[in-house]
Amino acid sequence: MVSHRTTAGPAPEVAALPAVAASSAGPAVTPPGSSTSRSPSSAPLPPRGWRHRLFHVERRAAPYAYVAPFFLVFGAFGLFPLVYTAWISLHDYQLGSDMSWIGLDNYRWLFTNPLFYNALWTTFTIGVISTVPQLLLALGLAHLLNYSMRVRTFFRVSMIMPYATSVAASTLVFAQLFGRDNGFANWILSWFGIGAIDWRNGNWTAQIAISIIVTWRWTGYNALIYLAGMQSISQDLYEAAAIDGASRWQQFRHVTLPGLRPTILFTIVVSTIGATQLFGEPLLFGNGVPDGGAVHQYQTIGLFMYQQGWQYLQLGKAASVAWVTFLLIVVLVLVNTTLARWRTRSER
Amino acid sequence: MHLRRPATALAAATICTALSVTACGGGSDDSAAASGATTLTVSLFGTFGYQEAGLFDKYHQLHPDITIKYDSTQQEKNYWTALQTKLASGRGASDVQGIEVGRITDVVANQAGKWVDLKKTSASGQIADYPEWKEAAATTKDGKVVGLGTDIGPTGICYRTDLLKQAGLPDDPQQLAAKMTSWDDYIALGQQFKAKAPKGTAWTDSAGGIYNVVMSTEKEIFYDADGKLIWDTNPAVKHAFDLGAQAAQQGLTAKLGQFTPEWDQGFSTGSFATIACPSWMIGYIKGKAGDAGSGKWNVTTLPGGVGGNWGGAYLGIPASSKHQKQAAELIAWLTAPEQQATVFAKVGNFPSNTKAFPLVADTKDDYFSGAAIGKVFGDIAKAAPTQIHGKDDGVIGNQIGTALQSVESNNVAPDKAWNTLRDQLKNQLG
Repeated sequence: MVSHRTTAGPAPEVAALPAVAASSAGPAVTPPGSSTSRSPSSAPLPPRGWRHRLFHVERRAAPYAYVAPFFLVFGAFGLFPLVYTAWISLHDYQLGSDMSWIGLDNYRWLFTNPLFYNALWTTFTIGVISTVPQLLLALGLAHLLNYSMRVRTFFRVSMIMPYATSVAASTLVFAQLFGRDNGFANWILSWFGIGAIDWRNGNWTAQIAISIIVTWRWTGYNALIYLAGMQSISQDLYEAAAIDGASRWQQFRHVTLPGLRPTILFTIVVSTIGATQLFGEPLLFGNGVPDGGAVHQYQTIGLFMYQQGWQYLQLGKAASVAWVTFLLIVVLVLVNTTLARWRTRSER
Repeated sequence: MHLRRPATALAAATICTALSVTACGGGSDDSAAASGATTLTVSLFGTFGYQEAGLFDKYHQLHPDITIKYDSTQQEKNYWTALQTKLASGRGASDVQGIEVGRITDVVANQAGKWVDLKKTSASGQIADYPEWKEAAATTKDGKVVGLGTDIGPTGICYRTDLLKQAGLPDDPQQLAAKMTSWDDYIALGQQFKAKAPKGTAWTDSAGGIYNVVMSTEKEIFYDADGKLIWDTNPAVKHAFDLGAQAAQQGLTAKLGQFTPEWDQGFSTGSFATIACPSWMIGYIKGKAGDAGSGKWNVTTLPGGVGGNWGGAYLGIPASSKHQKQAAELIAWLTAPEQQATVFAKVGNFPSNTKAFPLVADTKDDYFSGAAIGKVFGDIAKAAPTQIHGKDDGVIGNQIGTALQSVESNNVAPDKAWNTLRDQLKNQLG
């Protein structure tokens, strides 16, 4: 849901890549006498020269060499920061002074801090009120876009436009729309006799406003993913369903939804990760102040971490928040996938 | 500190050499490389006014062998964070760096080793020309001076003459000052204003603004002279907090968070009639209220005529600088009386060098109904207290602002807000 999505990207790849490397290295282990290696080299000149050995070594090593750049980059920009953050989190480290070892004190501080629990809860509620409508809307839009219609490409392109807009630009525009004194939202509401709402300072109104920004930005993105998933569902199934007299709604429920299950799982996982890391929208919505409102009503974990690190310069405390957030995301993803697997199995 | 860690110092020196070589290489196109041309880097935040007043160009004309490379970060907090990472790694800091007054205590107490002692440079002659409190704040316990004052923030109250007149209050600065002998008078005037105020106009911008200006007159804020944290026992803090909360509960504030876009708009739409006004706010108001506000503003002293100070800055030289001598000459020139007066005329930053006070004493401002801003702010500056700052000023001040906002905008009871504030600060500061 935020641009930091990529952070979580490596996780599944890490699991997948060694497997790829292992399987592609497999053939190299087979003895040189096997049919694949003999056929091109058996007829021409020296059979067991240094060339052959080099070729052999290359065949063994090449797959590793090809995947090495990823692991080097991942090591430098993924793994090292991760480990170093953990190391910092065990220290009292204020930017500008030296680090001193304090063991688990930062974590003790974190788990007894009401503001941390407030941030967790806020992240959860904003996550729910932005993710759920967003995915449902995306599903509906994708279903509509899947029908053949005029200027379909135009609609599909316009879906992705909000996603292509930068968080900063869209949030600043929305922050104006939700202004108290001259805001567009309040102007619309005034037509219905609703008095001016102080969006930013209200407990729920601020969360709703932020959720609207998130939803606006990511609905089209998810709709396109759903659309891609829908197009891989065989048209025959729809025809068969139509012949059996299924309505469009029934086709959607009994053909589209089951066919989309892996896609839906993917979007839920990605949205959950994004919601947990929500940062740019609430920061900019609050005019760059990481308090998340006077009673911290929209201070997400991301903002809480930023405030510790870059407002209070308490890098040790910020690092402990970062690690807890990371573990939380891992747990959430595992829960998501386990639930999905369990459902699939129970339906078989 | 760099002496105890030779490896770091060596690495920093090597890199600085590398950097200055490239800098010289870049400059050698138009001037002979052998002439000893030096490029000084200057990094500041917000508006110091040097670039605006053309002082860097002027210095280059006076000293053709010195070229100045200048950059500025708008937000001080971003500037400071970036500078801290550079100081921590011992590389990348400029030859001259600005230091905000709220940071100076931290620098003096915790990072003195990372800055050049200006007493040992050609800038030392100027140290005696400051109000005693200004340079005392930049001096370590063992007498090192880490920064030379640029401007200070003598604080008065700016107000909209037209709005006060409409509400039947005096719009003349002397008469208004006579009606305000205490902060309670200021609140009482606010109630009188509210009774007859034009629609959509509050007495002042925010509860946090009242808190800030009341505290700007105090000597001790969050720390006592021994550096002990006293924020929750200092009666002045509680008093200022209560005044802000009281004004909020009585509906005297426009509930606008300071330095937000809504607050900026409030200057032109007339959302508030009075505002705490350090001298640098003069330039800010002109920028935000625009031409339409010209002649509608005026400025008076704080209740009871007390002196207050809000903001101000210093220039310092990081110990990693390779051109400490030239950098010291530059900051001595930039902070000399004539240049400070030029900056005041250009952007309103009030001089901190007492010898510049007479140079600006006759300054009047037509935008502010012809107010003698030079004399008004000069008198306030002389009466301002020597404030004691501390390492966690920023954290505490921020949380107090948030607590007052919760009273103002979320209807939290002041007692509850204060207790929450105390718990959170205990948790944060340990």
